[in-house]
Amino acid sequence: MIPTLFGRIQTRIFTLGTVGVVLTALITPVLPGTGGSLGAAYRVAYLILLAVAVVGVGWELLYHLLMQFRWDKDWPTLFGLLTIVPEGALMWALLRYELVPGIGGKVATSTFLTMFVFVWCGVWLFSNGPMRVPFVQWRLRGGRLL
Amino acid sequence: MVAAAGIPIFDAPLVSVGGGLGSFTLVDVLRIQGAPPSAIRVVSLSDRPWQTWQYLTRVSQLPAHERIRSDAGARPDNIWGFPSYALHEAWRERSPKLVWQVLTEPVLSDFFSPRAGTVFSTVQREAERISYPDMLAKGQVRMVRRRGGGGYFTVLTPPAGTMPTKRVAIRSRYVHLAVGYPGLKFLDDLQEFRAAYNDYHRVVNAYESHEHVYEFLKTRPGVVIVRGAGIVASRVLQRLMDDRERYGLQTQIVQMFRTFVTGPHGPSLWMRRKGGDGWAYQAFTLPKSAFGGQLKAQFRRREGQDRARLAKTVGGTTTPRLRHWQRQMGEGRRGGWYHAVQAVVDRVEPTPDGRLVSYTSSADGTRNRVVSDFIIDCTGLEADMAEHRVLADLLEHGGARRNGAGRLTVGHSFEVVGAESGDGVLYASGAATAGNHFPAVDSFLGMQTAALDIAADLARRGFVKRLGPVRSTRQWLKWAAGRRI
Repeated sequence: MIPTLFGRIQTRIFTLGTVGVVLTALITPVLPGTGGSLGAAYRVAYLILLAVAVVGVGWELLYHLLMQFRWDKDWPTLFGLLTIVPEGALMWALLRYELVPGIGGKVATSTFLTMFVFVWCGVWLFSNGPMRVPFVQWRLRGGRLL
Repeated sequence: MVAAAGIPIFDAPLVSVGGGLGSFTLVDVLRIQGAPPSAIRVVSLSDRPWQTWQYLTRVSQLPAHERIRSDAGARPDNIWGFPSYALHEAWRERSPKLVWQVLTEPVLSDFFSPRAGTVFSTVQREAERISYPDMLAKGQVRMVRRRGGGGYFTVLTPPAGTMPTKRVAIRSRYVHLAVGYPGLKFLDDLQEFRAAYNDYHRVVNAYESHEHVYEFLKTRPGVVIVRGAGIVASRVLQRLMDDRERYGLQTQIVQMFRTFVTGPHGPSLWMRRKGGDGWAYQAFTLPKSAFGGQLKAQFRRREGQDRARLAKTVGGTTTPRLRHWQRQMGEGRRGGWYHAVQAVVDRVEPTPDGRLVSYTSSADGTRNRVVSDFIIDCTGLEADMAEHRVLADLLEHGGARRNGAGRLTVGHSFEVVGAESGDGVLYASGAATAGNHFPAVDSFLGMQTAALDIAADLARRGFVKRLGPVRSTRQWLKWAAGRRI
């Protein structure tokens, strides 16, 4: 991908708000390690998704900075997949130390891991191909939708 | 006036002049956005839109099975770029290796590039799907002139015997020019040599058919000088080195770099291009983001001198750093049969025994003479637009202006500034539009960018429908199913 800063942020918010929302809806009922009601599980899952989007804006600023060291000013497909590691680790730590607003108790590692990996891979696959189908100019405008 | 001259007049709302991949790309987008074949005429001497490109790639050592220098997502037959050529070829060839390559490029593997043959076959399929042959009007375009009542006349010479008159004119509201390069560019000293000694055998341009050079080298050992530092020089080197490996030849190769790059270069830590052994390394003709990312946005924002400075920083002759080429050149250096030198050639003369001698001078002041059997000029295609008849006429009579880079000045919708005619618009894409708001015009993705921006302008003018998410998705499904439109 060859994103601009605004393209990165718009793409992250858009893909999490669409594909991310759908995938979260699909995975939440079968997540391991959830004790309470399904409603409570959904609430926690969507709060995590929201947190990933909000913290993600900060990550995009960092990625944009790192990209400046690259002559091509591109962001290889592999980076988009591998950044799951630092982003997942930070989000897991935020949950562990109960720093995500709205989520009181601890979230089981298995719950978080399953949801995070599933949604991340889905969003990554979508933005590396099918996203171009409805939005033909998206890839030519550095990932901007507006 | 046209009718009074006895020239028959035909009508079509839009005429595209060129008939290469530039015309094809625009026509493809317009058909997808709802234009019927009857609304478009493509005027060309080529029957097939990939014809010229196929010729140029073949002679410059890119036969159908070789990989071109282009991104996986740049598909002239598919404006969405999905599925990419990498997935297309992986599926066709049942090759998970290609998926791995595109997944890990350019970090763990070289950038994926499609085979030239993949481009031919997929464009052929799309041309049939959009009824391209129905829109083709064969002929040599003489000029495009503004009409008194708005719009344009495109005057052309049809093939002999096909029309009762020598010339015909097509009256249209819109004209699109995609005429490519006017010709081959020759280095001055080689041009002088050819003219003085009438020798077109030993001094060749890489864009001309020069198979005899490789055939000669199979019959006896020889020395070849390769001039240039771009992708074509790389291809020619690969051919020479492949033949050496394959047939056990003794070919000696001398490569002359005018600018010898010794390492990473650029004005700052943020703008540093890789380089070494003479070459400046870059995956594509421009940094990747020039095709649709940060650099594209920067070019769009800047104007005049500011833009020219940026173009100078990111421009220049480059070649991709492919592992295969690196290995071959490494072997050549170690084996003492590949010599890369910094040199400017002052003149070339024939030797009494029918060979060539190049008199060179280097940056450090040393003068040298290098004897060779052949010289292959890999320095490129002619960039002076005035060499093209239609563009020269347009600059002289059509209101078009040159920009700072000597090409046509175009606006953000690729409309040729100054050439408007009433409610008619003249658009241009490809090499003729370099030096404007978008740097990567001469590429598959660049031609698609121009096509989409032109089509968006034509949608505003009511010629075609908008390409919103719904139409785009519906049309993609038709494309995927191979349904004719």
